[in-house]
Amino acid sequence: MLSFVLRRLASAVPTLFIVVTISFFLMRFAPGGPFNLERPLPPATMENLMRAYQLDQPLWRQYLTYMGNAVTGDFGPSYVYKDNSVAELIGKGLPYSMELGFYALLLALVGGVIVGTIAALRQNSLLDFSVMSVATIGVTVPNFVVGPVLTLIFAIMLSWLPAGGWGDGSLRFLILPMIALALPQLAVFARLTRGSMIEALRTDHIRTARAYGLPARSVVVVHAMRGAMLPIVSYLAPCAAALLTGSAVVETIFTIPGVGRYFVLGAINRDYTLVMGTVVLIAIFVIVFNLAVDILYGLLDPRVRHD
Amino acid sequence: MTEETKAMEPILSVRDLKVSFTTPDGDVNAVKGIDLDVRPGETLAVVGESGSGKSQTMMGIMGLLAANGTVTGSATYRGQEMVGLDPKALNAIRGAKITMIFQEPMTSLDPLYPIGKQIAEVIVHHRGGTQKAARPRVLELLKLVGIPDPERRIDSYPHEMSGGQRQRIMIAMALANEPDILIADEPTTALDVTIQAQILKLLRDLQKRFDMAIVLITHDLGIVRHFAERVVVMRRGEVVEQGATGELFETPKADYTRMLIEAEPSGRKAAPPDNAPIILEGRNVVVDYRIDGGLLKKRASTFRAVDDVTISLHEGQTIGVVGESGSGKSTLGRALLRLIASEGAYRFGRTDISGLDRAGMRPLRRSMQLVFQDPYGSLSPRQTVGEIITEGLYVHEPQLSRAERDKRAIEALKEVGLDPAARNRYPHEFSGGQRQRIAIARAMILKPQAVVLDEPTSALDRSVQGQVIELLRDLQARYGLSYVFISHDLSVVRAMSDYVVVMKDGRIVEEGPTDAIFSAPRAAYTRTLIGAAYNIAP
Amino acid sequence: MTDAAVSPSPAAEVKGRSLFQLALLRFRRNRPAMAGSVMLVLIACFSFLGPFVISHSYDQVFSSYVTTPPNLEPRPGADALEEATKRVAARARVELQSFSVEGETFTAVVTARDPIDPRAARYFDRANEFDKTEVAASEDDGRKLTLTGVVDREYFLFGTDTNGRDLMARVMLGGQISIAVGLLASLVSLGIGVVYGAISGYMGGRIDNVMMRFVEILYSLPFVFLVVVLVVFFGRSFVLIFIVIGAVEWLDMARIVRGQTLSLKRREFIGAAEALGLTDWQIIRRHVIPNTIGPVVIFITVIVPKVILLESFLSFLGLGVQAPLTSWGSLIAEGANNMQSAPWLLVFPAIFFVVTLFSLNFVGDGLRDAFDPKDR
Repeated sequence: MLSFVLRRLASAVPTLFIVVTISFFLMRFAPGGPFNLERPLPPATMENLMRAYQLDQPLWRQYLTYMGNAVTGDFGPSYVYKDNSVAELIGKGLPYSMELGFYALLLALVGGVIVGTIAALRQNSLLDFSVMSVATIGVTVPNFVVGPVLTLIFAIMLSWLPAGGWGDGSLRFLILPMIALALPQLAVFARLTRGSMIEALRTDHIRTARAYGLPARSVVVVHAMRGAMLPIVSYLAPCAAALLTGSAVVETIFTIPGVGRYFVLGAINRDYTLVMGTVVLIAIFVIVFNLAVDILYGLLDPRVRHD
Repeated sequence: MTEETKAMEPILSVRDLKVSFTTPDGDVNAVKGIDLDVRPGETLAVVGESGSGKSQTMMGIMGLLAANGTVTGSATYRGQEMVGLDPKALNAIRGAKITMIFQEPMTSLDPLYPIGKQIAEVIVHHRGGTQKAARPRVLELLKLVGIPDPERRIDSYPHEMSGGQRQRIMIAMALANEPDILIADEPTTALDVTIQAQILKLLRDLQKRFDMAIVLITHDLGIVRHFAERVVVMRRGEVVEQGATGELFETPKADYTRMLIEAEPSGRKAAPPDNAPIILEGRNVVVDYRIDGGLLKKRASTFRAVDDVTISLHEGQTIGVVGESGSGKSTLGRALLRLIASEGAYRFGRTDISGLDRAGMRPLRRSMQLVFQDPYGSLSPRQTVGEIITEGLYVHEPQLSRAERDKRAIEALKEVGLDPAARNRYPHEFSGGQRQRIAIARAMILKPQAVVLDEPTSALDRSVQGQVIELLRDLQARYGLSYVFISHDLSVVRAMSDYVVVMKDGRIVEEGPTDAIFSAPRAAYTRTLIGAAYNIAP
Repeated sequence: MTDAAVSPSPAAEVKGRSLFQLALLRFRRNRPAMAGSVMLVLIACFSFLGPFVISHSYDQVFSSYVTTPPNLEPRPGADALEEATKRVAARARVELQSFSVEGETFTAVVTARDPIDPRAARYFDRANEFDKTEVAASEDDGRKLTLTGVVDREYFLFGTDTNGRDLMARVMLGGQISIAVGLLASLVSLGIGVVYGAISGYMGGRIDNVMMRFVEILYSLPFVFLVVVLVVFFGRSFVLIFIVIGAVEWLDMARIVRGQTLSLKRREFIGAAEALGLTDWQIIRRHVIPNTIGPVVIFITVIVPKVILLESFLSFLGLGVQAPLTSWGSLIAEGANNMQSAPWLLVFPAIFFVVTLFSLNFVGDGLRDAFDPKDR
């Protein structure tokens, strides 16, 4: 098991390297630069800036410098948020994004599995149909619609909850963004659970369990549920990585100081280092969660061997 | 009431039982009101071909139908009505008084739990206690069904065991609560003959020991003849005939029963003259399968599927290749046709084809054809029958016009005994036997000289099997074809071939003229194989 | 029990039903899926045919009607007309003495201290409310003019946006763009994905390994990043947007087709085709691709809404098609910004957007059930 983890982590290094390399050059080949503002800067200032940030050097040298620094954890200064290094910006924003994302993930997972299981057990009933219709709305309505609509109803019309901001970090501030973030994922979990539960309930070994007089509850919980969890566990990795690294849309709508916004802002402003920093962050999250899920998978399914 | 009449009192009586399924394409009546009795300690065989409703009858009684199925009528177990019984009361009978084993030992056990735990769960549920307390009993059961080293195997997962062992585990589970009735639904169909014999023997021994009734659902009359005391013959959801085994086999009353019994392949194939030239030959054939380790893992291991086999097919000859699953017989067939990478020297007629690549083989393909086992999988579901059987003409006679191709299709269909109108239809509209005829037509339209038949009758019902064998013999006689006939079914091989090759683990164990092999097998393995096959003859 | 020489059903029906036709039959029986299809057709008609019916174009600015709420009555109403006339009079530096409307025509009497230039009528025409204004009578040496003209009434069923453009025309245009991007991008992803997946799956071995490794690397690039960079890189033209989205979305398609191909390769009819001597390319074309169509068709119904979502996400971030063109996503973004003052700007595009995606979902589920009958 330990050797499996180590091997997987080792194989993540080249992946990470390729991701960073591709991102670096893609970013640089895009037209425009961080200091091409609406009103052009005087050439002298521009030159000074370029020199200060070493952007006047040949691309390959910039690349090597960046890689060298990145290995030591130095992702350089942000070009747009001039007083901060990228590491500082991410370090400041990440806790907010992760806290919000964690609650959203919990809500999506627990809610989705419960809803999906109920729908599967009452397949083709009215309950199934209505629950899954709501889930379909959840999948189809993007969070940039859900967010504003939630704000309109609960913050503006009913004034129950704050319209945005982090405030003191209490639950009141978290509820709306959490729902906006969790709803689409909850719906995905619900649909996945329903599908794989129905599949699992049809397998031969469920028939065996029923033929041996095991009560319905133990058939569902002990035998069907565990098998049905496998595809859900697989989806957990990309979902957790996406939720915990923050969402540009939700953080913008609810003015939350997380890292999700940096990514889009960085790309639009050609803030090379900031974008690179977020790319690395997301890639690391994806790799770590994939590994965690593989380990979990092995614990759930004895047929999977990690050796 | 004397002891004898009491013993004759049925413990399970089924009266006017009906099973139907609602499907999007209308209702299907799978069982149309049948009556049958199971008496204590007896073995009752329920026989029928696919679609006869034999399995659905039992599933209906046990409350195991798919969600769209409904069961009506009556089935009483010791006076207790089981049809429509509430799940709790039904669960007290299922698994304790009446237990089941199924056809697919590979999927019938939960892959996520150790087998010991699954057996213990059944014990704990019906008798109370804890998993831990049930452990000695589980070990005892595992010993009983002949699992070697039960202390170690009790914590194994199903995927760590072979098919035969899993079926033993299922039997252990079925016996755990000492039931009155064991329903065995095609318990050996998915297993090799030698394993089949062991499992059936085990069932018979345990039946005596526990004094339980066995309901044996099967399509195999040979097994019925050797194991059952009474037989119920079903066809299309109805009981055609029932009675004591001996009587039923000797003096069958219903035409259908007679037809089933007579469908046992018969006849012999005469050997071609000694001077018949060789049409297809493979010398020292070796096939290795590479078990890939992925991009990062360098160590790819190999598995030798065929190990130094030499086989020569003469004009007009039929070589039967016999063996159990994993013996390499199918691989050998494909290697002979140069369809897979292999080592060895091959020739077709007088041409050396050892060094030919795919493109080089292409012109020869029309002369050497292949017919597959599964008539459902071997026809592309998206093409019409006409397109399927004329596909070879696109490659080998591309100059043909559409009308000419159509003419050839009609000829080919007539030749295999199908209505030429079939060419505008799709494969899913045909039965298994008809599909196999289509597959044969596809091979025959090219007028081949040598044909490899890979289990061409194994997926078919006995009665249909006979017809397909007739057809193949007929075509052979008409066109002087040479066959390599691959099968695990000794009775079919015996009827079809004049020369037999017995394979095990990729090697030839024994070979010789059919009669010699069957009457005086030399190799121990051949003897086991022949001994394990159950014939209808008593 | 003879099984030969008998056609499965009465000979009258010579033509067989293909699996596809059977699936279509099953699909037609599926009510939610049929309702979804009807909805989609209606929305497509609304978006593509609607502009020929309504009189406003999507970029026509009605400066008199900025941020007008939706109304079934034509604009301007009686009191609004009076207001508008006063505004016009003020602009023309004349005094309004009286104003009346009879049916489609209006009569306004204006006075001033100095003689009025008859060209003052043009001030009226310049307002969106009035048209064909002319001088009917001139009194007091031209100090008092009677002007008549036609009241130009406009319907704004969905209201107008903050620039005074008809929201209905905007929603129609948004629909055109969103649907077009959705379909075209899906086609791009379909084309790349099917060919890539089929080749990778069929070839197997080392080629498959390398091809799939490449897909894996693309997967681990944050997906939004790719799109954003590509959009920033290529600019924001309509054509490039769907190519970019298609180029990002093909990964899933390639994986699905590859999986399908791998399982097809084990099917015996592929073996039969090899035994008949077909070339690899013939096998891919005649056997592999046709048999992947089922899952692919189903996957398209998943990908189209995904692409529409992605396009609107880009638009929401301000990276979508450029004004005055628009898409549902940009409209929703605009609406979200003006949610408090003009909620209809959010509501109408959101309704169309959600109904479209909802219908696509039901159609997708229906197709899945139709192609995979064991699911029932």
